[in-house]
Amino acid sequence: MASNFTLEFEKPVLELEKKIEEMRSLAGTLDIEPQIAELQLKVEELRADIYNNLTRWQRVQIARHPDRPYSSDYFNSTFGNFIELHGDRSFRDDPAIVCGLADLNGESVIVVGHQKGRDTKSNVYRNFGMPNPEGYRKASRMFDLAEKFDKPIICLLDTPGAFPGIEAEDRGQAQAIAANLLKMSRLPVPIIVIVIGEGASGGALGIGIGDRILMLENSWYSVIAPESCSSILWRSWDYKEQAAESLQLTAEDLKANGIIDRIIPEPIGGAHRNTDLMSEILKSVLIEELQELKKIPIKELVRLRREKFAAMGVWETIS
Amino acid sequence: MAWFLRSKKNIEDSQQREMPDGLFTKCPTCDEVIYKRQFEEQLFTCIKCNHHFRIGSEEYIGIIFDENSFTETDTNIRSSDPLNFVDTKPYTERLADAYRRTDSADALTIGYGTIEGREISFGCMNFDFVGGSMGSVVGEKFYRAAKRAISRKTPLVIISTSGGARMQEAIFSLMQMAKTSAVLSELAEAKLPYISIMTDPTTGGVSASFAMLGDVNIGEPKALIAFAGPRVVEQTIRKKLPEGFQRAESVLKNGFLDMIVHRKDLRATISHVLMLLT
Ligand SMILES: [Zn+2]
Repeated sequence: MASNFTLEFEKPVLELEKKIEEMRSLAGTLDIEPQIAELQLKVEELRADIYNNLTRWQRVQIARHPDRPYSSDYFNSTFGNFIELHGDRSFRDDPAIVCGLADLNGESVIVVGHQKGRDTKSNVYRNFGMPNPEGYRKASRMFDLAEKFDKPIICLLDTPGAFPGIEAEDRGQAQAIAANLLKMSRLPVPIIVIVIGEGASGGALGIGIGDRILMLENSWYSVIAPESCSSILWRSWDYKEQAAESLQLTAEDLKANGIIDRIIPEPIGGAHRNTDLMSEILKSVLIEELQELKKIPIKELVRLRREKFAAMGVWETIS
Repeated sequence: MAWFLRSKKNIEDSQQREMPDGLFTKCPTCDEVIYKRQFEEQLFTCIKCNHHFRIGSEEYIGIIFDENSFTETDTNIRSSDPLNFVDTKPYTERLADAYRRTDSADALTIGYGTIEGREISFGCMNFDFVGGSMGSVVGEKFYRAAKRAISRKTPLVIISTSGGARMQEAIFSLMQMAKTSAVLSELAEAKLPYISIMTDPTTGGVSASFAMLGDVNIGEPKALIAFAGPRVVEQTIRKKLPEGFQRAESVLKNGFLDMIVHRKDLRATISHVLMLLT
């Protein structure tokens, strides 16, 4: 369901498209096909120009676009036979993380993802995609299932952060995230992690250890959201664009810095412009990556996973 | 903060201004005047109210290890500012400032030594170095300390104090949470004990990774132990926070610490636990 929400930099393209549509409606009476074709060309040029030159902050905005596909959208399109499983068996079900069983091209897998809402009501229900500890513990339960039944795990990351509330703290937000990092580091099944929207800090990483770390072209992944970074380091909310630049949080940045394995291209204009195509692209990438991972003996896979994270970091040795 | 132990460098923090002649200090909790000699004997805690002053790795090493048994390792790795990070000032300037003001090479000091004759691999964070924040150097040193425990088949003991991730190292600092937790999964497979000691404050990326993963988790009295700091929580929920929120005593009550240990009992407690686990 489209929200008619338009980002500032999307406007010129959308205006031209609207103009073409208006001309089309007149096309029955006048021969204006050449003009329409010319305008169409201009639209494509403009679009390519805009989307090839996005700033980091603009990428953050696309990652937050209210029409962008969320975890459950992929669970029901990229995957088949999705069945949701609820609850951490200890406290309650956390709607900010959705988990379950599904199949990827006929092979059953465990899926886990942060889940945002589409409107105010569903966003309140989903806590804007900000998990409480029980969300991470529900995910942990899924990891146990994956181990027991020897199923690969696919995690979709899309959160503005773990929820910083009183109850979340009292129920051990830090411990819940830490326990997942430890468990995911030793799980003897293939794990693929994809940042589909926002990958904010420990709240994202809490379901983010894997053998392959992938990012959608317009997603972001960072130690902190640019606004919070601005507020802490600049002591003002006004430096979010600069903070986004300094943090180097785009898929391209993370690929260049050796953190992620692959960038998954999005339809021009972003995943929300063609969700069916996006779902198909993701599916083909996942099938390919999973096939590669399954070739590696599981002990070796876990060793390589640990090695992968051990290699992350940059320092210098002085004499 | 242990002003009298530092001979090499001048410290300009508020603690020193409180103690102009270096002979006594005042407890920030109960205002008790504590004399230098008493203060050292009390392991930098208040005689009257038990307030635990923030101390660094040098002091903790003196408190828990057998005399002259500790050897510091890996002192030669430094942050290299991989992203050329600039906020209100360049990261390199902040680092230079931290090297100048402290004796620490970074926010984590590692090494090995013996406690009542038992060898352990050890790490202790330094809050005065960029708020004890975890960047690539902290992650790598933690990794090496854990690897040493595995290769020498010794327990690992880590004392944490941290404001969280080092933002100036951006994604690299986030990934140190993964790196440190991943090596702990190896330590667990080798069936070697890991004792995590959380001191004031232990928050953010450090609490949400290695600090909370001890086989035995120990807190110092009144230490702030949290994922999100109290200011962030307050801003989010716009309510006054309950008394004692995120303090070691409530963290114990909530089930995330095994015990709270006074600094004077720390050495004996570590030794006790390790005797029964190894
Ligand atoms: Zn006192």
